[in-house]
Amino acid sequence: MGEYTYSELGSILAMQGFAGISLFSVLLLMALGLAIIFGQMGVINMAHGEFMAVGAYTTYFLSVLTEQYLPSLMPYYFIFAIVIAFLVAGVLGYLAEFALIRHLYKRPLDTLLATWGLSLIMQQSFRSIFGAREVSPTLPEWLLGSYQPTETIDIPLNGIFVLVLTGVVTLGVFYLLYKSSWGLRVRATTQNRVMSGAVGINTKKVDRYTFALGCGIAGIAGAAFTTIASTGPTTGSLYIVDTFMVVVFGGAASLFGTIVSAFTIAQTQSILEFFISGSMAKVYTLFALVLILMFKPEGLFASKVRR
Amino acid sequence: MNTNLVDNVSRLSSPRNAKTGLLASLKTLTASAVLFAATMSAPQFAMAEDGVMTTGLAVTDTEVTVGILHSLTGTMAISETGAQEAEKLAIKQINDMGGILGRQIKIIQEDGASDWPTFAEKSRKLLVRDKVAAVFGAWTSASRKAVLPVFEKENGLLYYPTFYEGLEQSKNVIYTGQEATQQILDGLNWVAKEKGAKTFYLIGSDYIWPRTSMKIARKHIENVLGGKVVGEQYKPLGDTQFGSVINKIRLKKPDVIYAAVVGGSNVAWFKQLKAAGITAQKQTLLTISVTEDEVLGIGGENLEGFYSIMKYFQSLDNPNNAAFVAQFKEMWGDDSVIGDVTQAAYLGPWLWKAAVEKAGSFDVDKVVAASEEGDIELKTAPEGYVKLHKNHHLWSKARVGKWNKDGQATVVYESELIEPDPFPAGYQ
Repeated sequence: MGEYTYSELGSILAMQGFAGISLFSVLLLMALGLAIIFGQMGVINMAHGEFMAVGAYTTYFLSVLTEQYLPSLMPYYFIFAIVIAFLVAGVLGYLAEFALIRHLYKRPLDTLLATWGLSLIMQQSFRSIFGAREVSPTLPEWLLGSYQPTETIDIPLNGIFVLVLTGVVTLGVFYLLYKSSWGLRVRATTQNRVMSGAVGINTKKVDRYTFALGCGIAGIAGAAFTTIASTGPTTGSLYIVDTFMVVVFGGAASLFGTIVSAFTIAQTQSILEFFISGSMAKVYTLFALVLILMFKPEGLFASKVRR
Repeated sequence: MNTNLVDNVSRLSSPRNAKTGLLASLKTLTASAVLFAATMSAPQFAMAEDGVMTTGLAVTDTEVTVGILHSLTGTMAISETGAQEAEKLAIKQINDMGGILGRQIKIIQEDGASDWPTFAEKSRKLLVRDKVAAVFGAWTSASRKAVLPVFEKENGLLYYPTFYEGLEQSKNVIYTGQEATQQILDGLNWVAKEKGAKTFYLIGSDYIWPRTSMKIARKHIENVLGGKVVGEQYKPLGDTQFGSVINKIRLKKPDVIYAAVVGGSNVAWFKQLKAAGITAQKQTLLTISVTEDEVLGIGGENLEGFYSIMKYFQSLDNPNNAAFVAQFKEMWGDDSVIGDVTQAAYLGPWLWKAAVEKAGSFDVDKVVAASEEGDIELKTAPEGYVKLHKNHHLWSKARVGKWNKDGQATVVYESELIEPDPFPAGYQ
């Protein structure tokens, strides 16, 4: 190690801790949408990464539009972009559920294949519409640079933004699922579809909106990621594996489990990455994950529901 | 063989077999299959009258076929799109001038999809099935290593445009990009002299080129410059999480970050560097893997003040380059950017044309022999002047460019013409 004072070391550790929390918020944002779809509905959505890419491309598209027609609105467009990304991805999810998924509820393995096909179609659409090269929206000034509480600590502003956004989205999802009447209907349908139908809940409609919500959250995640990396047609496939990993590890039917699992995986990987090389850190993290799953296949927080 | 098939079919059509409908279609199917096989095996190309080519290449009296093999999709598309655009521009210009040996050049293009086994498979298709006279392709060293055995086995000819780590000299490849001594070593010398750099942090993507380049760099830093390598990190291709690495760099406080991050990852790397407050005012960064193509994706404002060492920058001020940039933009759009590899790819078809005209034949062995005489030069190259060395590499200059907000570089250093030496003593 080079020459450093203890205060500098403290600063570095603080920044490393923030990097861990930042990674946690990234994983959580990705996994929330899938936790709803896979956890609550049991649908294996291999196209989840592509819905994230939809959100990212929407943001890029709006960035280009704003630059060309309304340059004065540049500092403000990003928040709008996130909302619109949510809506666009949600609508696409709604259509996907209507056209494709609803026929396959009794056949989970077929949904895997069908959504895989959907992801390929979406990837090629991105390629045809936006080109094969990676693109990035122009980020507003308030998202660039870092926040410096002290001389030596630099906290990236986009990391703070993603953290805040994840907090808002998570609280929103919790409120929706546990405090609203719509959430009550979703939980009823998940626990006992037949009985819910018998008491007058339109289970088909509930499914459709749940899927749309999951995809909408994926769209928000995609929009948030444009602050971190560029977007290409195959960007979705980069995220899908990590996302499933987080959801399965946390226990598919538990939102709280998703949060805990995202936190654990992010911190482990982050801390390990600091001491050993990046690839090996991922290897050890995944190895530990596999071991834990071997002993507890339902994940950390399994729901105790008799099926 | 053919008669047996027809006999069997006739036997089946005896009155005992009631399925005449099926039978009729079987007969037509067999007949058409036989016809198809016959046409496929007939020679597809006429022998040129003046014996221009002697091996079984796709050459006719009016046409010669070449292949272009780059990644049009995947994480490398950001870098490779420019290269194939340049190759097509060069071929179009050659065709407009009358072609080579009176023949127009026809292109068959394949997509390597940023996947090395796909590169190998497509190169086999181009050489064996399409019988192309030359291939302009590959970009990463991994893709080159994947296709090399195919080219050596099928005796094909590859024009490879990227700066690479050297330590290779194949009879079947012409390297139009720089090798290590022309890029890596010169860059280190410059930064040690200009910036007084003593400590280096090495970071790259995780595959053969960055690893070998850093191995060479480390030897040079430790043995020749008397400096110290304070850290070395590799991230997988396509990876976007650089937070921990950036913190590690901050801990070590190197004089120079020496970077070889490749392809799409560059966007995340530079964006996160800027977000972490590491800008050119506080930290010197020299990269060997960022050209105007990558800057288009990264955004000039994220790179401002950092340095790249290449042999070509779009902002080079000479008449060849002015004409080249204008023609490139005319064909591919005013927003096009031209990076180092794009320019090197542009040289490929011209070098091939010169070698073929010198040899008087498209035959790969004859073209290679003509290239190895060491006197083929291009005075109209956009980078200025290049000469083909008998070791299949080019004499070229090294230049250091400082990136500006608009995505173009200001050249701050230019070397003399460096002789290529893919196997430098002491660096193996």
